[in-house]
Amino acid sequence: MSQLNNKRYLKRKIINNVTLSISLLTVLFALTFLVWILWTLFSQGLSHLGLDVFTKMTPPPGSSGGLLNAIVGSLYMVLIATFIGTPIGVLAGTYLAEYGKSGWLAPTTRFINDILLSAPSIVIGLFVYEVAVNSVGHFSGWAGALALSLIVIPVVVRTTENMMQLVPSTLREAAAALGAPYWKVIVNVVYRSARTGIMTGLLLAVARISGETAPLLFTALNNQFWSADMSKPIASLAVVIFQFAMSPYEDWQHLAWAGALLITLFVLTLNILARTIFRSSQSQN
Amino acid sequence: MSSIMQSKNMGARLDKLFRGTTMFFAFLVFILLLGIIVTLFVGSLPALKAFGPAFFTSDAWNPVKIQFGGLVPIYGTFITALIAMVIGIPVSFGIAIFITELSPTWLKRPIGIAIELLAGIPSIIYGMWGLFIFAPLFADHVQPWINDNLGALPVIGQVFQGPPMGIGMLTAGFILAIMVIPFTSSVMRDVFEIVPTMLKESAYGLGATTWEVVWNVVLPYTKTGVVGGIMLGLGRALGETMAVTFVIGNAHELSASLMMPGNTISSALANEFTEAVGDIYTSSLITLGLTLFVITFVVLAIAKLLLIRLSMREGKQS
Repeated sequence: MSQLNNKRYLKRKIINNVTLSISLLTVLFALTFLVWILWTLFSQGLSHLGLDVFTKMTPPPGSSGGLLNAIVGSLYMVLIATFIGTPIGVLAGTYLAEYGKSGWLAPTTRFINDILLSAPSIVIGLFVYEVAVNSVGHFSGWAGALALSLIVIPVVVRTTENMMQLVPSTLREAAAALGAPYWKVIVNVVYRSARTGIMTGLLLAVARISGETAPLLFTALNNQFWSADMSKPIASLAVVIFQFAMSPYEDWQHLAWAGALLITLFVLTLNILARTIFRSSQSQN
Repeated sequence: MSSIMQSKNMGARLDKLFRGTTMFFAFLVFILLLGIIVTLFVGSLPALKAFGPAFFTSDAWNPVKIQFGGLVPIYGTFITALIAMVIGIPVSFGIAIFITELSPTWLKRPIGIAIELLAGIPSIIYGMWGLFIFAPLFADHVQPWINDNLGALPVIGQVFQGPPMGIGMLTAGFILAIMVIPFTSSVMRDVFEIVPTMLKESAYGLGATTWEVVWNVVLPYTKTGVVGGIMLGLGRALGETMAVTFVIGNAHELSASLMMPGNTISSALANEFTEAVGDIYTSSLITLGLTLFVITFVVLAIAKLLLIRLSMREGKQS
């Protein structure tokens, strides 16, 4: 009898150990790919990441050059997209957090926003193509920035709402008791205490769009030459990497790796920065 | 006295104005979704008129004869996402268990951040790495093995037979799996964390092992949330573009083998849209885009509803 029980116990213990070891292996599996991808980027990209990359234009095939016009194009579009997307996202998020207790608009918008958050970015590109390229007749930097801003908005809406809801309602009540109208309560009290949280969301949104390629393919297109004119096709780092990596020319592939390293370092730094800022603000409270 | 009244009126008016402004922008987000659907629908009308519902069952793709059908990319989209799920779900589950049940506290944060960095890497980087590093290794070392072992199986064998080229649907699905792991595992981790400690401790008190607690207490308690997390990952996998475009091979041919190149909706769009000549060609691609949007919308909506249901149950209990 006791032997039977022992056997049973042993079996349960073995199952436990096996499954938990597998669980450890899955973590190692995921970490392996993180390290592998980062290592690939450094080993392939670092040697080609010279000063030329930042000072020269994208070259024709077979000659050397840099990524200056692509970097500038990306910066322009990311900046403009952030400027368009942030106020819209913050105000919409404000509505959801502060006025969203009754009515159909807030729950519906919240639901739709969460879907837009994960919607395929290439479809956003297609939409902007129809609205801002096809109707005008040519590709443009504006269309690219618009497509990116549509990706910024859901991210900012979500974090703004979450962060404003974290602000204790006693703060709002205290301000209201001093006679402040509600809009002043929101602007002077709620925004102020949710500031770092909203900033975090903004940084994450910028990180997200900096690496986006799909929505730019048929909105901003590409441009091999220097152009800072937003109403014309404009180069972006991500699209140039795509074009160069898929090409058979070695010079282009080398530049693509350098660009890939650059873009990944930028995006991951923003990610970590956002988390550190948020964490230090949380520990203060 | 009257100045106080005035400033009070002023405050009330500003209050209304502020509320109206925020409401307008919330409405804008709402309209955005309708705008996308209507715009894409209008754009896809020429193709739908030309081919009718047969568009979705035809595997034709001939820009010269202007014959288009969406079957190949739609099939490829589903198959690659399915492969991603088969690999991604168990791995995400394992990671979530490790972080919530096994890991020492000091290790939880670093692992959590590392997994989230995996989500932060732009998809074009996954594509480059997949094409230049992973695909050659896969072709040299993994695919011959799959050919010899799984390919010899009866009936399902032909799914695993094919030239070891490195690129194709299996590679695309594998890379998608790595990309969805952070999303799925972070949802699973979050829902595992809401299981009341008392419930778990009761099971431990009865002598259950850690695995038995996870399988018999944690998982049943959180199953709606876990399915929600899986659907979220599925939605991501269906719509992912750049990583797939690099390794899928972009072939408009239907084949049973996972080793063969294929196409997905998103990579067909990325490869062909700017080069598409003529209304019907462009419109066919837009129809594919609309199809993708509708599919992901449904999948993500289900994910969201399941997660809302779990959190509502939480709200009732606490």
